[in-house]
Amino acid sequence: MSVAEAIKTETPAEKPEQVSHKITGKDVCVYYGDKQALFDVNLDVREKQVTSLIGPSGCGKSTFLRCINRMNDVIDGCRVEGEIKVDGTDIYRSGLDVVELRARVGMVFQKPNPFPKSIYDNIAYGPRIHGQASDSAELDQIVETSLRRAGLWEEVKDRLDNPGTGLSGGQQQRLCIARAIAVNPEVILMDEPCSALDPIATARIEELIDELREKFTIVIVTHSMQQAARVSQRTAFFHMGVVVEEGATSDIFTKPQDGRTLDYITGRFG
Amino acid sequence: MDSSVLIVTILILTLFGYWMGRSRARMLAGTEHLSVLHSLPSYHGSYVALWCGLPALLLVAAWLIFEPSLIEHIVVEAIPGARALEPAQLSLLIADIRNLTSGNIVSREIDPTLAAAGEHYNALQTISHAAMIVLTLAIAVYGLYLARKNQTRGFRARNRVEKIVRIVMVVASTIAILTTVGIILSLIFETLRFFEKVTVTEFLFGLNWSPQTALRAEQVGSSGAFGAVPIFAGTFMITGLAMIVAVPIGLLSAIYMSEYAGPKFRAVAKPMLEVLAGIPTVVYGFFAALTVAPFFRQTGEAAGLMVSSESALAAGMVMGVMIIPFVSSLSDDVMNAVPQSLRDGAYALGATQSETIKQVILPAALPGIVGAVLLATSRAIGETMIVVMAAGLAANLTANPLEAVTTVTVQIVTLLVGDQEFDSAKTLAAFALGLVLFVITLGLNMIALRVVRKYSEKYD
Repeated sequence: MSVAEAIKTETPAEKPEQVSHKITGKDVCVYYGDKQALFDVNLDVREKQVTSLIGPSGCGKSTFLRCINRMNDVIDGCRVEGEIKVDGTDIYRSGLDVVELRARVGMVFQKPNPFPKSIYDNIAYGPRIHGQASDSAELDQIVETSLRRAGLWEEVKDRLDNPGTGLSGGQQQRLCIARAIAVNPEVILMDEPCSALDPIATARIEELIDELREKFTIVIVTHSMQQAARVSQRTAFFHMGVVVEEGATSDIFTKPQDGRTLDYITGRFG
Repeated sequence: MDSSVLIVTILILTLFGYWMGRSRARMLAGTEHLSVLHSLPSYHGSYVALWCGLPALLLVAAWLIFEPSLIEHIVVEAIPGARALEPAQLSLLIADIRNLTSGNIVSREIDPTLAAAGEHYNALQTISHAAMIVLTLAIAVYGLYLARKNQTRGFRARNRVEKIVRIVMVVASTIAILTTVGIILSLIFETLRFFEKVTVTEFLFGLNWSPQTALRAEQVGSSGAFGAVPIFAGTFMITGLAMIVAVPIGLLSAIYMSEYAGPKFRAVAKPMLEVLAGIPTVVYGFFAALTVAPFFRQTGEAAGLMVSSESALAAGMVMGVMIIPFVSSLSDDVMNAVPQSLRDGAYALGATQSETIKQVILPAALPGIVGAVLLATSRAIGETMIVVMAAGLAANLTANPLEAVTTVTVQIVTLLVGDQEFDSAKTLAAFALGLVLFVITLGLNMIALRVVRKYSEKYD
């Protein structure tokens, strides 16, 4: 399917009066040691929509994604300047509880990373550490709902005690999505969630992303422009640490304003 | 020419062979590119060198091994009446002939037969030595010639050399394996001899260990009792105490190193911790006997407890310190091997660092940690020097760590130290103890390796 066709079939019409920003990034600069990875990035993410971040490797899109739930804190020598707000709260202000932020902003990684525990315990992990279930019946309910939403319930309901690492790659990634939505976050960040999967598993995840949009705000980093076109409503194009262009997915792919965007989406580089 | 000079000569010839083979290969290539040769010139060189050196050196080795017994045989055959001698007298005679030829003191008067035998021995040795030099050098030169003759452009020197190298390695590893097998077999056979004197059930289940056997029939008080339960109980108690010290400290320091410490601190602290493993155990031993044990006794006295001056507690504690690096270093490695993606996954769900460690990293690393602990345990069971110096010799069957106990290794040492007759139950008991110890540590090591291997398959 070509990019243009994908847009025609997927993107709904924008209704400007409904716009509300879930995440706002203002003049975000990120440094890894002496090296600057992001330069004054201004990017807003709309609520209950899928925003995809595209761009060539090393352009800073994953860096920006990891800023939103402060996963960059884990990396030595990483420094973030500027302002990122989730629901109007600056997430880099001092005294902010990172644990609470990450409960609200979940993340799915490039490579499926289920814990070496049972399928049940993988899903129950988040609700348990955040005390979200008062008894085991409630926890069972959360596990079932999350697995159902991730479209995995029918496949694993009879073997919830089996290790999560024994599932296939696509199932593992859906398990990780179920694990992320089990804590009932508001935002889900996805860092190239399909890059390690085959086309069929990829199609299932993409369907899932489209369904999840009803309840969650989703930001997805992807290398596949078809995927960005298929699943997202908004697209931001990153290049060399700056946001070159940001807008409705249909606009970015059909009438890009910047020459670099045009070159990238037509496959001239990247 | 001395044997060592001969060996050096052969090695020089070998080097020359390498140089010759290489330059000949270059000559074969002529002005054309080296790729007209099947093998690189260095392989041609190695091939010639191997043919020159290997057979000659093997021959020297065989000669030096078999020459003495062969010459002795010929000399003894030549002495009239020597055949009728007892084996002990015969070996005395041979020793005398040797001493005579090398100018040492001889145990009997030198009669004409002995003098003649000595001269015969001398003559044979001279001949044999000359023959060895001539023969080996001839073989080296012939090998050189033969290998050089084989060299052509298409000669597959690389394949030949690889084959020889492989054979050499197979032989080396076979020697290592055979040595191990030999040690185990000797353990087993001596143990069987021990069980002819003492029954298996008495050894394994007897509660009384007192290995002094009577030398004379009417001797009192040295009846000999070989019940190994007290000494195994002592071994396990000291090992248990050591693990009580080593596992928590080692594990917690490993967690700190791999999860909390910065790279700079880690780079300094990890080698420092590993220095503990490099301290000679005898140093730990006198540390235990002269510092720790008196300290425990004084503290115990102050608290009104009877602490013997050689206590299981002191030995166990010091041994625990010794094996901390085994636990911490291996555990640190397996925790570092837990993929970063699992940590990221836990953090992204809002887990704190300690929750991530407790619920994700430790379970994922658990098989490796278990393996580390088992390896440390088998090390503690087999440890000798600390317990010899600090644990005592009395085979008490007790559960009180403040008393003196003894261990298997200590008993083996005491059974075999000093002048011994090597067929008494007392000395043979050492082999039985050694065998049981070997079986236990082997079992632990095998379980540990299997656990670790199972773990390492998981993240491939």
